[in-house]
Amino acid sequence: MAVVSMQAQNAHQQLQAATDWNWLSNWRALGWERFSNTPWPTRKTEDWKYTPLRSLTNTDWQLAAPSGDAQGVDFDDWSRMTLTLVDGQLVDHDALPEGVSVRLLSKADAQTRGDFEQRLSRTLAGERQLFNVFNQAMLTEAVWIEIAPGTVLDKPLHLNQVISSAATERVIPVRVLVDVGDRAEATLVETFSNDASGAVFINPVTELQLAANARLRHYHLLLEEGDVRHLGSVHASLGGYANLDSFHMALGGTLKRKDLVVEHNGSGAELTLNGVYLPRGQEHIDYHTTLEHCVPHCTSSEVFRGIVADRAKAVFNGRIHIHKDAQKTLAELSNKNLLTSHQAEVDTKPELEIYADDVKCAHGATVAQRDDSALFYFLARGIRREEAEVMLNFAFINELLDGLADAPVRDLLQPLLRERFAQGAALEPLA
Amino acid sequence: MLKIDNLAAQVEDKVILRGLNLDVKAGEVHAIMGPNGAGKSTLGHVLAGRAGYEVTGGSADFDGQSLFDLEPEERAQAGLFLAFQYPVEIPGVSNMEFLKASVDAVRASRGQEALSSMDFIKLAREKCQAVDLPQDFLKRGVNEGFSGGEKKRNELLQMMLLEPKLCILDETDSGLDIDALQVVANGVNALRSPDRAMIVVTHYQRLLDYIVPDYVHVLAKGKIVKSGGRELALELEKQGYGWIDEEVA
Repeated sequence: MAVVSMQAQNAHQQLQAATDWNWLSNWRALGWERFSNTPWPTRKTEDWKYTPLRSLTNTDWQLAAPSGDAQGVDFDDWSRMTLTLVDGQLVDHDALPEGVSVRLLSKADAQTRGDFEQRLSRTLAGERQLFNVFNQAMLTEAVWIEIAPGTVLDKPLHLNQVISSAATERVIPVRVLVDVGDRAEATLVETFSNDASGAVFINPVTELQLAANARLRHYHLLLEEGDVRHLGSVHASLGGYANLDSFHMALGGTLKRKDLVVEHNGSGAELTLNGVYLPRGQEHIDYHTTLEHCVPHCTSSEVFRGIVADRAKAVFNGRIHIHKDAQKTLAELSNKNLLTSHQAEVDTKPELEIYADDVKCAHGATVAQRDDSALFYFLARGIRREEAEVMLNFAFINELLDGLADAPVRDLLQPLLRERFAQGAALEPLA
Repeated sequence: MLKIDNLAAQVEDKVILRGLNLDVKAGEVHAIMGPNGAGKSTLGHVLAGRAGYEVTGGSADFDGQSLFDLEPEERAQAGLFLAFQYPVEIPGVSNMEFLKASVDAVRASRGQEALSSMDFIKLAREKCQAVDLPQDFLKRGVNEGFSGGEKKRNELLQMMLLEPKLCILDETDSGLDIDALQVVANGVNALRSPDRAMIVVTHYQRLLDYIVPDYVHVLAKGKIVKSGGRELALELEKQGYGWIDEEVA
């Protein structure tokens, strides 16, 4: 095992010494066992083939101590229910609307401890992904949001995770549990940001559980810049006729790797999973997505797009697994990438595993050439070639952002996108 | 304004234009008609400078400049405008952004200052009304989800904003019903002026009922094989293109 495990082992042991909660201690120990028994990924490890973990092993990571101060992302009036976590500690939250409860692992009383034990045992059972078991071994905080059956929220929940400048050389494992009850409807925005500072290792795991007929619009936005390693995952389980619309964006940072796993566990469930990634400089962004169609009559639509600039690298792996019983599945996956420099690199791979015979399944992965007819249209209107290319690159991603249902999220993301294409282009927004 | 001399051009090794001559003066409207595959659309694209359309011989003088020495964007800045037969859809770029970038570029090349956003929006809305496009088309992606008629009106809107010297309308009537045809024709007619020339490329004479040309040329097998006045278009309507082929052969 690599160096990271030596330092991590110290952190894990300190953590274990500090708790009087036996169950949690055992649960972490199980996580540690799995983590330390997993061979450290190399170029020969299929899941990590294109994403080397060198940048994790050269720092003496410590568990974060609550100390920092940072603001993170502010949606003003849009979200009246913001939970802010600084360096993995909940520092602030607005009043909760009726039908919503929030509980913390760190502040659990005897009753809540019992509930957490059941909840954490139930999820991710058998999940061995390296940084999930790492999260389990290191878990210091879990935020558990429950939306009661039938609750319809007219304002979004905002989970504002921010890393302060005090977190240099810290590892920050956080688990977020979101349970959306039967027929409940909600919007959840998860933002990750940082105050520019030294090296930091963020290890968040989000678990979404949608009961039958639940609807969730979900955003998971990795906006940290600078010397950040973000290795984490999102797991979603959909009940019958549940509807999950999940949007992902990643930019900035040294290394970002996100595993997205969605399980269709109830017939009639619907998933929309979209995302964009924009690495530049020497940044590295990796999305691994897995759709598990376990039952019949479910649909999935997945679109990911990336623009890779400079010497940056992107990895996309889109797996669709249609189980034997999942007849009448409709699943579509598209991944398109645009390279804007000769030194940029993308490794994209769709993986279909289909064991049912009556399904419709389509996938495509392309590394796009610029669209010549679109470029000529710009030129024929007098627009300079460089500016036209900038506008077309912008459009390639903006198309997905334009489709977002929530204007405040568009207003947050589109300027970030514009800023990336600012040089030489007239991209100021026009009414 | 535009003098084309013995123009030869090919697309991917396929020779399409074989010695085409055309002289268009300011204020004139020329119609170019011809059978499918004669090279009508190629002519527009060659003049506008599309990549892959290779000029292999001849010359074109545009207002004292050698047209083929200019980059496509320089031709547009110099006042050449191609209204596309099939305008491209560009989701993700709003029509307004596209129009502003275009107008700014053309103004900059004339040494004019960029319009302020406010002034531009006002102007764009005004022109939208003139071509009977609802204003929310300015916010939508360029041509995204537009009907055939809406795309053609959007081309006309661009033409009005850019105020080109030479307009080349490539099969502007294709895909238009009679009402849309009338709107587009009225817009084009409103742009006719003693300083501006137009080349109207069409397969059917129908459009020429609305945009009445000064000259009609027949393009066949890569050359102008016959030129005349408006009556030539009517003759083609009556007799089809078959007799032209025989005459050329």
